[in-house]
Amino acid sequence: MKGNSRFVISVLAFGYAFLYLPLLSVIVYSFNDSQLATVWGGFSMRWYGELFKNSQIIDALMLSLKVAVSAATMATLFGTMAGVALSRFGRFRGRNLFTGMITSPMVMPEVITGLSLLLLFVSLQQLTGWPSQRGYGTITIAHTTFAMAYVAVIVQSRLAAMDESLEEAAMDLGGRPFRVMIDITLPLIAPAMLAGWLLAFTLSLDDLVIASFVSGPGGSTLPMLIFSKVKLGVTPDINALATLIMLFVSAGVVLAWAIGRRMQKA
Amino acid sequence: MTARSSNSAFIEVRKLSKHFGDFVAVDAVSLKIERGELFSILGGSGCGKTTLLRMLAGFETPTSGQVFLDGVDITNQPPYERPVNMMFQSYAVFPHMTVEQNVAYGLKKERLPKEETASRVREMLSLVKLDDFGARKPNQLSGGQRQRVALARALVKKPKVLLLDEPLAALDKKLREHTQFELMNIQDELGITFVVVTHDQEEAMILSNRIAVMEKGRFEQIGTPKEVYEFPRNRFVADFIGTINTFDGVVQNSGDGIVTVASDECGQSLRALCDKPPKNGSDVCIAVRPEKIFISQYKPDNHEDACLEGVVEDLGYFGNLSLYRIRLATGKVVQVSSQNRRRSIERSFDWDDNVYISWRPRSALVLEP
Repeated sequence: MKGNSRFVISVLAFGYAFLYLPLLSVIVYSFNDSQLATVWGGFSMRWYGELFKNSQIIDALMLSLKVAVSAATMATLFGTMAGVALSRFGRFRGRNLFTGMITSPMVMPEVITGLSLLLLFVSLQQLTGWPSQRGYGTITIAHTTFAMAYVAVIVQSRLAAMDESLEEAAMDLGGRPFRVMIDITLPLIAPAMLAGWLLAFTLSLDDLVIASFVSGPGGSTLPMLIFSKVKLGVTPDINALATLIMLFVSAGVVLAWAIGRRMQKA
Repeated sequence: MTARSSNSAFIEVRKLSKHFGDFVAVDAVSLKIERGELFSILGGSGCGKTTLLRMLAGFETPTSGQVFLDGVDITNQPPYERPVNMMFQSYAVFPHMTVEQNVAYGLKKERLPKEETASRVREMLSLVKLDDFGARKPNQLSGGQRQRVALARALVKKPKVLLLDEPLAALDKKLREHTQFELMNIQDELGITFVVVTHDQEEAMILSNRIAVMEKGRFEQIGTPKEVYEFPRNRFVADFIGTINTFDGVVQNSGDGIVTVASDECGQSLRALCDKPPKNGSDVCIAVRPEKIFISQYKPDNHEDACLEGVVEDLGYFGNLSLYRIRLATGKVVQVSSQNRRRSIERSFDWDDNVYISWRPRSALVLEP
């Protein structure tokens, strides 16, 4: 029994070390005083300071946040609509096909999604003159398309768990379908929508591949900027930035988890 | 009850059908329910009773047929326009609203003045004895209290008909018995027509003025609880409501309202009272309820009665009554129940005792096999 538990603990330790050592090394090196990112030169916070003086990084961060907020909001709007339609409009012909199709952007290789969106934007521009330049608008649209799939799935599963007779009861008491949606359905799926929004926000903030495809000159998101800087060698300020992003994302994950837990209890 | 005094029915269902693809859930049923009646639709799961109720509420669109309420065709009215309210099996109490908000919801949709809404909500909450619970959220209530919120919420709209889907299924036994009588009192007080759907025959018997027994989308019998229990129209109804012993046989002789049936299952002929005696030689089945059978140690003298000899194979003691399973010489097992009238620690009959069981011809039923 004791030997067994020692084995289990070492497996656990190895597993978690595998997951978290790389992240930990980035955090440690973000406090490195040395100019060289991989040589330890004592503790310092200077790279965090440098970071906020670098307007290139701040611009990229602002673009990323702007895109993430807009894309998450749009994805929540469309994803909720899709989720409600799929779980509440009864058994229509081809419903399973639609359910499968809504999840396909989740499994599609990002390169393909990125490429197809780029082709779409280019041909749209040739035909209609819009989008005249690729950047904030195109990245937001691209992120919305894949993030709404996640929102739709979350909302749909929440609705599947929700007692349909709640909506019927409201209708029975004199609520017209649209009122019932506002009075009953939306308040009850609000936690799922919030969780979906947070997930969409995180996904958008993370994305490098799709953004690289559909962005143009002058429109670099934070992951794009980091990736291009790293190609010229890792600088310590990138470590500091990475640490901040990790902090931000973890906070988001914990928040989403807490909301999910409350949702389960309700 | 005031029911059955008027000629035109309050609720009339005409040849109502509902098909789901190839499956026929409700098969051209017709039904008349009187004003103020407490009517039950009784059946096993999948018999179509809930689909029928949902068509009355407006949640399902009938494939064919019509529904009239108080002389008005409501077949195509959406649920939010019907003067009908429903209490759901899950109660469907809105979890994000307080008890008060739940009950007031229906009145708000009617755009009633605030004061009237408030007073009617208060009145209804006191009717269901939830006066002090108005500010609570549903997750702070017990199952029985939640049910009463659902009831108050449906009744506050003063509907012409209240539909109840398995109203007592989720309550424990004691609470169920209590609630049964409370429901009947409320129905009496408000005079609203109740239509109850249930799979529980006891519940249907106690609550209702009339019962419709449903099977495979059709009504097998509609009648008062007594009619359905004592004069079941066929074997299905006899079997579904309560317990019944059946003996298959062939009609030997019939006349003067008495049928004599030769039954191989009990090794002798049995006599039963019957208004419309079947032809000689036709296959029938004699049915007797366990409580109509007497059990005795010695052979009774009365030659009018059917009398069979057997051995106690099994017995069960229920406190108020005892249940016996008697094996006849032919191998057929007959269920007999008898009231424990005397207080005694000893058993009247024991395992493997030789006993005689008998019943009056008028207690037996003649059914189609």
